[in-house]
Amino acid sequence: MINAVYQLTAPRMIEVTYNELELDNENVLIRPSHLAICKADQRYYQGARSKAVLKKKLPMALIHECMAEVVYDPTGKMSPGDRVIAIPNTPTEDDDIIAENYRFSSKFRSSGFDGFLQDYVLMPHDRLVPISKDVNPDVAAFSELISVSMHIISRFDRIAHERRNKIGVWGDGNLGLITAVLLSNIYPDTELYIFGRNADKLAYFSFAKETMHVDDMPDDLLLDHCFECVGGPGAENAINQMIDHINPEGTIALTGVTENNVAINTRMVLERGLRLFGSSRSGRDDFEKTVEFLENNKEGALLLENLVGDVFNVRSITDIHKAFDADLTHRIGKTILHWNK
Amino acid sequence: MIFAVVLAGGIGSRMGNSDTPKQYLDLGGKPIIVHTIEKFYVNPKFEHVIVLTPESWVSHTSNLIKKSLPNAEKITVIEGGSTRNETLYNAIKFIEKNYGLSDDTIIVTHDAVRPFVTHRIIEENIEAAIKYGATDTVVPATDTIVESLDKEKISQIPNRATLFQGQTPQSFNAMKLKKLYESLTDDEKDILTDACKIFVMKGEPVYLVEGEVFNMKITYPFDLKVAKTMIDGDALKGE
Repeated sequence: MINAVYQLTAPRMIEVTYNELELDNENVLIRPSHLAICKADQRYYQGARSKAVLKKKLPMALIHECMAEVVYDPTGKMSPGDRVIAIPNTPTEDDDIIAENYRFSSKFRSSGFDGFLQDYVLMPHDRLVPISKDVNPDVAAFSELISVSMHIISRFDRIAHERRNKIGVWGDGNLGLITAVLLSNIYPDTELYIFGRNADKLAYFSFAKETMHVDDMPDDLLLDHCFECVGGPGAENAINQMIDHINPEGTIALTGVTENNVAINTRMVLERGLRLFGSSRSGRDDFEKTVEFLENNKEGALLLENLVGDVFNVRSITDIHKAFDADLTHRIGKTILHWNK
Repeated sequence: MIFAVVLAGGIGSRMGNSDTPKQYLDLGGKPIIVHTIEKFYVNPKFEHVIVLTPESWVSHTSNLIKKSLPNAEKITVIEGGSTRNETLYNAIKFIEKNYGLSDDTIIVTHDAVRPFVTHRIIEENIEAAIKYGATDTVVPATDTIVESLDKEKISQIPNRATLFQGQTPQSFNAMKLKKLYESLTDDEKDILTDACKIFVMKGEPVYLVEGEVFNMKITYPFDLKVAKTMIDGDALKGE
């Protein structure tokens, strides 16, 4: 079947191209329905990656946050119209030790190959996680981002010691809010402290014990563990502030993407016996936990609805441009695309 | 119930001729007609896909479909008529015989040689046919259209802003189309070569669905070259 693929061919230039989808006896044909723009997509769109990276990756269809509807499943395991979250990470080999999302050989949609700006996508069953129609589809659209937070917390849970009386989250953006919402639900007895730079954004964290400007942090405030959801040029200050305000043997989860190398106070890391670990992409387990969370935790899902920003009905390439342009102007929230192209 | 009607009729040539009908030519390793049928085959809204070809091509077309699609029971190839409207009429008769016709029977009719049709175009055709009874897929005209009644001099140049180029699908309430077709005289049948035109001439509204420029009709060798270039393009790099 000839399939229309909407690829970024150069910064701010999207063109339709075509591939051939070979219907077989195994793979599921899905139709993307609700999509969300990620900062990584925006960086490609704006051309804010090195020339060498752009040359290597483009042309490529953007978007890796996707809810879709099943169109055709030759195995009959899924029915037409079923809603699914599509997993962008695509492992190419098995490994008993290294998770699918960290293998060098794994490919990732809208990074290593075409994302979901396509008429149809053919995917194996293990890359699709069914989701109930009761879940708000605009929230389901950014399940991938939620699953990244879920992944971070799952790893944290395995790595960090069990005293979790006070946890700090640095970063008042999308990832910070999602991580804080999940933490407050997974560890209801933990006191959550949120640190950011923007009073209007911090106001969304009403469920936390306390929110404060990073400059107003009391000297004597000590936390058991910290989550860094800052990234960018602010990551360095954030990480060093965490090191200053963490109890011995605490764990710091690093999640913010920064293009720069970061200088951190390793003397204090050594002195306090700290553990720093990094996380980025998520795997199937994290998606399953995310869907379970969205289906069963109405209150948490409602808090995440606050992140739904502009919603665009996309019927043309011009609409895609409008969505990316609008996304740039938002300080918090997700730009959602209703894919009707 | 909603039915897809893929029109591959109106071919006189036999297999083996150098002049093989375009819908059977290879595009990316598969006959064009198979690409087209797949778009309707996978869409769960269609109860059945009816493919209409000249009698001599029915068996060949069935074989091609069986080779490419795992569960071809949803597709039937039958003989078309001598004109486009007669072919459509045959499709309606097939539906009537096998499924019965009711007020909400919808047919989405499509040229076999338009394999680039998209999910949105098909969905909007279904939606509009249910709501309005008849719909045509169009794109705004880009060339200036010139009318010449004597084929020598321009008789008029219509305002391009009001002109559109017709594509397919064209979708209809099947009962309504049947009724209108049966009301035509033989002379009218000769003139009204397009089903939408029947509706328009009988004063019935036909609503527009926005097509895509790339939903092209592969008619000439030039078109096939363009289509081949389209699917051999950069999308492959993204795989």
